[in-house]
Amino acid sequence: MNAEQPLLMIDNLHVYYGGIHALKGISLEVYKNKIVSLIGANGAGKSTTLRTISGLVRSRTGNIKLKDNLIGDLPAHRIVEMGIAMVPEGRKIFPNLTVMENLILGCYIRKDMVQIKKDMDWIFSIFPRLKERTWQKGGTLSGGEQQMLAVGRALMSRPQLLMMDEPSLGLAPLLVKEIFQIIKKINQEGTTILLIEQNARAALEISDFAYVMETGKINTSGEGKSLLFDEKVRKAYLGED
Amino acid sequence: MSFTQFFQQLMNGFSLGSLYALLAIGYTLVYGILSLINFAHSDVFMLGTYFAFYMITIFMLPWWLSVVISVVLCAIVGMTIERVAYRPLRSAPRISALITAVGVSYFLENLGLVVLGARPKGFPRPDLMKNVYVIAGAKIQGVSFWVPIISIGILMVLLYIVYKTKVGMAMRAVAKDMETTRLMGVNVDQIILYTFALGSALAGAGGVMWAAKFPQINPLMGIFPGWKAFTAAVVGGIGNVVGAMIGGFIIGLAEILIAAFFPSLTGYKDAFVFGLLILFLIIKPNGIMGETLKEKV
Ligand SMILES: Nc1ncnc2c1ncn2[C@@H]1O[C@H](COP(=O)(O)OP(=O)(O)OP(=O)(O)O)[C@@H](O)[C@H]1O
Ligand SMILES: [Mg+2]
Repeated sequence: MNAEQPLLMIDNLHVYYGGIHALKGISLEVYKNKIVSLIGANGAGKSTTLRTISGLVRSRTGNIKLKDNLIGDLPAHRIVEMGIAMVPEGRKIFPNLTVMENLILGCYIRKDMVQIKKDMDWIFSIFPRLKERTWQKGGTLSGGEQQMLAVGRALMSRPQLLMMDEPSLGLAPLLVKEIFQIIKKINQEGTTILLIEQNARAALEISDFAYVMETGKINTSGEGKSLLFDEKVRKAYLGED
Repeated sequence: MSFTQFFQQLMNGFSLGSLYALLAIGYTLVYGILSLINFAHSDVFMLGTYFAFYMITIFMLPWWLSVVISVVLCAIVGMTIERVAYRPLRSAPRISALITAVGVSYFLENLGLVVLGARPKGFPRPDLMKNVYVIAGAKIQGVSFWVPIISIGILMVLLYIVYKTKVGMAMRAVAKDMETTRLMGVNVDQIILYTFALGSALAGAGGVMWAAKFPQINPLMGIFPGWKAFTAAVVGGIGNVVGAMIGGFIIGLAEILIAAFFPSLTGYKDAFVFGLLILFLIIKPNGIMGETLKEKV
């Protein structure tokens, strides 16, 4: 038992897209300063879970709680103010804005100019490549650079909880490794992380805890490393028999 | 045609073009964000002239103050239209929103006919606009001189807002991707309201200056300038602010210069302008500043 209160707690979440019952009673907890990942097959409902937490999709029933606050009914922009940022599936950087403007938009809710400047430097220390491209339009970056920008942009709001939807998608193997190292580094510097990954092995290796989703439900959960040795998980998601 | 005559016509074209530019901004901003042709925009332009007219004639306010009040009222009207008519249809099919836009436009025009009266009213021009200036031997009317200068000043302020402020950045972001903009902590509804306020304020300013140039106002006066300004926005590349400005000047100049060089065609000048536009769009369908940047997936 963990006596501490979770940073994020989801309780029995049901989400429908029209007639499609996409989430069938999801419950999960994310503790402060941890990396928690959500793995599972295509269409399992991983993105839907994060999109519901961030307020883009509404649940029909169930609670979402950030510390002591119920946030399930807040509009998306208020949820960012509450301290949850998201790196959306497919990067979604603004192609018509410069790298700098993308980052500034990331801290739209903040007014502490001095600290913003420091955080900007921090982002550039994590992603030196972005620094060389501050005046370039987002749309002209390479796929990997766009992913770095999407992560940097989300970090600019200085979130308590950073959610990432498949940050390694479409990246070259070397860059995938780099992204996972960066996720670890960001976490060590004090940001709690909720991660979705197709790359289940790499995700489990860096995760403190993980949930395995299947067709709208969570069917297994456990410490990241222990799931690496779980028979069912190995078969279904790590491609071993 | 002598040089001085040409110069006069050029200034005349510039002043007309700058008014189309002011009006075109509102179409392009709203289209960029909502993919909606805001037909009611030209009626806000018309209301701007009436607001100023009543401020000057009934409340006896000085001209400049009347313009300021009129611009503010237009911004409020624009925001009200968005809030009441368009927001409920935000996620409806675009055709429904389009029909609503036509409806709002007819509503405002007919309300104008009933409340303001169908009889044209003479608009009191300020002295500044009535002056005649002699530049390089050419006699330039006050309106032809001041309207472009004031308009360009306003357009500069607009460019500053759109390209240099946080709200402007949010507007450009919303135009690209509304959902992701929400994830940045931006209150998108508020940004859309500001966009309508901004476009409508420019329409109001344009309307008052239009009335100073053509001092007869009536409740249907917005229709034709509206169409031309919308076309200007399309020629410039719909959704693009700079494009709308360029498009506005092109149309204003084309309209005046066609009439100046081919006086016998004056009656057909609108047909010529629109004909040229059709031709232009066949050659360059995305307009002058049309998007060429491809998004990476
Ligand atoms: N906007 C939508 N409208 C209708 N159905 C949707 C919508 N978005 C998702 N779904 C459905 O909900 C289910 C869950 O989708 P979701 O995107 O959450 O899956 P996922 O686990 O993120 O999958 P992937 O690994 O492929 O990204 C799928 O069956 C999908 O078809
Ligand atoms: Mg997904």
